[in-house]
Amino acid sequence: MSALTEAEATTGGGGPQPGRRRTRRWTGYLLLLPGALWLLLFFAVPTMQLVATSLYDPNGSLDTGYAMTWSWTNYLDAISTYREPFLRSFLYAGSATVLALLLGYPLAYAIAFKAGRWKNLMLVLVIAPFFTSFLVRTLAWKSILSDNGFVVDALQAVGLLGADGRLLATGVAVVTGLTYNFLPFMVLPLYASLEKIDPRLVEAGSDLYAGAVTSFRTITLPLSMPGVVAGTLLTFIPSAGDYINTRLLGTPQQYTIGNVIDNTFLVQLDFPIAAALSVSLMVAVVLLVLVYVRRAGTEKLV
Amino acid sequence: MQPGRELGADLVLRSVTKRFGSFTAVDDLDLVVGRGEFFALLGPSGCGKTTTLRMVAGLEEPTAGSIALGDRDITRLRPYKRPVNTVFQSYALFPHLDVLENVAFGLRRRKSPDVDRQVREMLELVQLVGFERRRPAQLSGGQQQRVALARALINRPQVLLLDEPLGALDLKLRRQMQIELKRIQTDIGITFVHVTHDQEEAMTMADTIAVMNGGLIEQLGAPDELYENPATTFVSNFLGQSNLLAGTVSGKSGGFLYVDAGGERLAVPEHRARVREGRVLVGVRPEKVFVAADDEEDDTVGNRLSGGVISDVSFSGVSTQYLVRMPSGQELVVFEQNTGARGLFAPGTRVRLHWAREHTFLLDGSQDVHAGDEAYVQLAATTTGGNTR
Amino acid sequence: MGRLGRWVSEHVVLFVGVLVLLYLFLPIFFVVLMSFNDPTSRLAYEFQGFTWDNWLSPCAPFGLCDSVVRSLQIGLLATLGATALGTLMAFALVRHRFRGRSTTNLLIFLPMATPEVVLGSSLLALFTGAGLSGQLGFWSILIAHIMFCLSFVVVTVKARLSGLDARYEQAAMDLYANEWQTFWRVTFPLVFPGILAAALLAFSLSFDDFIVTNFNHGNTITFPMFVWGSAQRGIPPQVNVVGTVMFLLALLLVLSSGLLRRRRTR
Repeated sequence: MSALTEAEATTGGGGPQPGRRRTRRWTGYLLLLPGALWLLLFFAVPTMQLVATSLYDPNGSLDTGYAMTWSWTNYLDAISTYREPFLRSFLYAGSATVLALLLGYPLAYAIAFKAGRWKNLMLVLVIAPFFTSFLVRTLAWKSILSDNGFVVDALQAVGLLGADGRLLATGVAVVTGLTYNFLPFMVLPLYASLEKIDPRLVEAGSDLYAGAVTSFRTITLPLSMPGVVAGTLLTFIPSAGDYINTRLLGTPQQYTIGNVIDNTFLVQLDFPIAAALSVSLMVAVVLLVLVYVRRAGTEKLV
Repeated sequence: MQPGRELGADLVLRSVTKRFGSFTAVDDLDLVVGRGEFFALLGPSGCGKTTTLRMVAGLEEPTAGSIALGDRDITRLRPYKRPVNTVFQSYALFPHLDVLENVAFGLRRRKSPDVDRQVREMLELVQLVGFERRRPAQLSGGQQQRVALARALINRPQVLLLDEPLGALDLKLRRQMQIELKRIQTDIGITFVHVTHDQEEAMTMADTIAVMNGGLIEQLGAPDELYENPATTFVSNFLGQSNLLAGTVSGKSGGFLYVDAGGERLAVPEHRARVREGRVLVGVRPEKVFVAADDEEDDTVGNRLSGGVISDVSFSGVSTQYLVRMPSGQELVVFEQNTGARGLFAPGTRVRLHWAREHTFLLDGSQDVHAGDEAYVQLAATTTGGNTR
Repeated sequence: MGRLGRWVSEHVVLFVGVLVLLYLFLPIFFVVLMSFNDPTSRLAYEFQGFTWDNWLSPCAPFGLCDSVVRSLQIGLLATLGATALGTLMAFALVRHRFRGRSTTNLLIFLPMATPEVVLGSSLLALFTGAGLSGQLGFWSILIAHIMFCLSFVVVTVKARLSGLDARYEQAAMDLYANEWQTFWRVTFPLVFPGILAAALLAFSLSFDDFIVTNFNHGNTITFPMFVWGSAQRGIPPQVNVVGTVMFLLALLLVLSSGLLRRRRTR
């Protein structure tokens, strides 16, 4: 790792010296190079390759090879054929995000302001489930929401669910799974944002005649916006492309675009269409993110 | 190079300039700090004093000029090659090391033997024996400050730089530390260069003060010199307070200049006049001025101004501050010591002011009468929309 | 309102928060419970009988322990790679000047904003296009993992580094430490918690990854892939044993680091 030693030797504060200025300018590039190359090679290039693949002749295959025919029609085919799963992705992701916000905000608020000496413990408890395997957790939900489980029984007793109603294999189960899995991603940025709010601001508010709810609406909520934006993004983006929850907790009726892409790539081996779907998903998500961030007014995300 | 082994040497700054883009922080500065002196760089924030200090430390590089310690040019040397150490404003104690390792840091880098003994001695000096294993986060502000001092002093630098080290302490602690620092400096004999915006602090501690403003030195000298005989309006307002009256030189005789100001003829000793003719500002310190009621018998000699009216009385125990409105509309300030000889004047009393001629000083009339007057500058900035300087 | 009413309104948020926390733990509770499950039928997801057998012979199901080992190997290597590369990048971004800063930021941000299906499928497209579709396996998974962990490492280390007061390093140089010594004795120890956090994050992202791995795994089976595969055939309860162990280890790690920190500041 000689690049490391050579590069680090010129790091550290202090003003630049004339003779050293040349070395200093190159140090930045040198440090950046390995990582940037990796990302270029294994992210940027593949993405471009994906775009290229999406324009291949849809009649090719792995055996016969693919010909680049600039068939933009692949996109039209893909989106029209799979319009429903596409929309369902955003529906599920959106619902999960909203639910995660509704559940996560009180928790983040409680940890930031009401937890006192339990603060660190509660944070640990929020992060800890994250370390159990994603799949194992989702399968646990399969147990919990199963037809003979206590949740379904309880809902049937209360009357929210019909006598032969079920939770598994419905959109509800999928959204529940999604909400659950990404809840820590919502809570942590929210907490970080809320933690920074000076409690004296709320005191100042009450000095100026604001009640608890008004204080929250006019002081706390706006100041926690960076956390809300970060949390919703961190929840929505992975949810949009997820297919594990739909597969484990739902049926093909609930399949989303993630399932479709997986299927098209790995089972049908229809690479051009699959690529077209992938690119469409990515473009849709990135656009949504940009619009959302612009409207929310947050400048720095990274 | 063995820092501290050489005899102490003078610190000489020659034509030192520092520019940040189009902004000139330090403008062609010439300075000599004598060996073993307690030297203060005094000025308001933004005047360039901290930048100057950092250039001596090696943390900034001058755009032009040279810095020398004795006959060694240290202008381009890296900070770790200079026999100079700094006590930082926020102390910058290494949070991941305990007090002992913080203090020993410089010694260890130079592979000095017998570290433990030296650290122990230094901690005794700053009265922090027993704190070796504590972390900076567990120390109070005053204790952190003393660790920072110990950490720098232990290396026996030729010059110790202090960047507003007492700023974060409360008043009582600050006074205490001022005395401590002065005592340590006198004991050890190392040259101290102390940067501060607190003029009382500078005057109490320093042997020599350089008053800086806008990257330039306005005046350099001993505290009493600067105070009793300021060279510019900035110095006269920044150090303590001054009464400045606009006037014109009308004549001279017998070692005195005569100035028409405030409707009277005032005398200024020639050696206390910075200009000899034209439009001038007559200055006198408030504590040098006496107030007498109009109807009292006038048997005073010296400079006198009549027709004043007391407009404000502020009793603060030790002294009383009177604001006296003169016929011209200008308000003059008078500090009267609470000797108990006479009761306080009431507002509205008609009075006359008098003071010894030897206490008058004369400044260039073209200078800004409010330069260096921080209270005025702040007030003006908020009321007139920032039409200052 | 009364005292009771005020007590309620004071604590209602905390109460709701605790409820959500319980909700977070519900599946964990099930995982632990099911690890003791003695299933009569392989497709059942309900608790049917208590047994210690699963814990006593955790490697009984074919391929389970192999997959765990594989995941650990990949996780470790991916962590090393991503942490090293990412830390270098973070230093470059925070401490050095260079042109193309916004492009670099975009390059780092985009992988985090891209759905995993796209990341995985695009890498597959790359490998296929290069004619390597028959060579997929350990190395393709490793490459993919380093790729998507990199951004998270950069962000984490950058956060820690930019919060580091430059004056510590100036003080070190003032005290006769040259650039190299300053880095090792002051900068690195102070950034290290951030680097460690980034490494842990990278490891957990890698160990837990399914989607990207699924696209590029060839014949190599990682733990998440094993679980996915057996989800069709019936989950062996030993899977829950592994899940419980992971959870306990993580909990132990976080608690002990907290304790260590508290002891150090005493």
